[in-house]
Amino acid sequence: MVLSSDEASRFADLLASHEESLVTTWTDAVAASVRGRLGRAELQRSILELQRGFSAALSGGARELTDDAAAELRAHLSELSGTRARQGFTATETAISVYALKDAALQILDQGETTEASALRDYVAFASFVDRAALFTFDSYVRAREELIADQAEQLLELSTPVVKLWEGVVAVPLVGTLDSARAQVVMERLLQTLVDTGSPYAIIDITGVPAVDTQVAQHILKTVVAARLMGADCIISGIRPQIAQTIVALGIEFGDIATKSSLADALRHVLKLTGTKRQER
Amino acid sequence: MERVPVLKIGDILLVSIQIDMEDQVALQLQEDLADRIVSTGCHGVIIDISALDIVDSFVGRTLATIASVSRVLDAETVVVGMRPAVAITLVELGLSLPGIKTALNVELGMALLERDRGADFEPLVESEEP
Repeated sequence: MVLSSDEASRFADLLASHEESLVTTWTDAVAASVRGRLGRAELQRSILELQRGFSAALSGGARELTDDAAAELRAHLSELSGTRARQGFTATETAISVYALKDAALQILDQGETTEASALRDYVAFASFVDRAALFTFDSYVRAREELIADQAEQLLELSTPVVKLWEGVVAVPLVGTLDSARAQVVMERLLQTLVDTGSPYAIIDITGVPAVDTQVAQHILKTVVAARLMGADCIISGIRPQIAQTIVALGIEFGDIATKSSLADALRHVLKLTGTKRQER
Repeated sequence: MERVPVLKIGDILLVSIQIDMEDQVALQLQEDLADRIVSTGCHGVIIDISALDIVDSFVGRTLATIASVSRVLDAETVVVGMRPAVAITLVELGLSLPGIKTALNVELGMALLERDRGADFEPLVESEEP
């Protein structure tokens, strides 16, 4: 349902003339739903901004939410839902911020005591405009939440793959958590880049924190080791728990001539022995 | 046609590839290196590929051939400075460059060659000392 220009201008007048009482009623309704998690002053400020947005959009001749005149209102709405999503409010609580405008407008119409038949039609048209605004808020809310989740997933990916220097020329990657293709790729790239940056010829991949090793995980680890070898560095796999060793054998995974150790300490000792004997040879 | 310079440093020939490895360039390098190993009598070759963004299967195979040829001429080849992205691509392609020694950088490559040659000569030196 599209607002006619008459209806739009009538409501713009209504919003402008009753600004104060409208904002108060509106804020009351929203404050009841968020139950003190947001300061009244802050709430009132955001509601006032929204009210001005509606008012500007309607008096600017917007007949639908997608019109150019409503661009500012849309920006206000998406900003509001973005902030609410990040603050952890539910979708309902966010949408009510917009829906409450309908109740507030109805109260003001009641006070005016207009009994004309056109008033009802006006109100329904206006209500459907507000509905669309609320739906838009809901969309923005979901989008903001999805962005939040994507950001967190990325942060998790970076957090969980540190490459640490153990000794002169020896770096270690303690893997924690399940290795999927995306994470394996990040681990591989980070490890190889660190090898280049630090010029370390030895790397220890510690899988103590990996809950299960299947053929795919083994494949990822093997690829990393082969890539490191191509670059001229040697990899040792450590932290293999008894259960994991049983699985590896049962699955028939071949680690070939890659050194495997049961603990990180063993792996470090192995590497130090290698570098030590080579120093003696020189 | 562009050519890759071959530098002699002591007992080592250093090749730093700074241009795109086209097939013709790779073949020319293979010939040049064989000539230089014979004319200088060097016992080590270091090929620095840190400037290469792309190593295709042909270049990979040429590197392997260079390594084999120089081994026949009693020179050890070390490929150094392979970029992580290149290594990952080669692994994904299933090319593990068998028979090629690698090191992270030129310095480690020289250390590797020195160690290998040193091991050959050490027993002789030790037997003369006492």
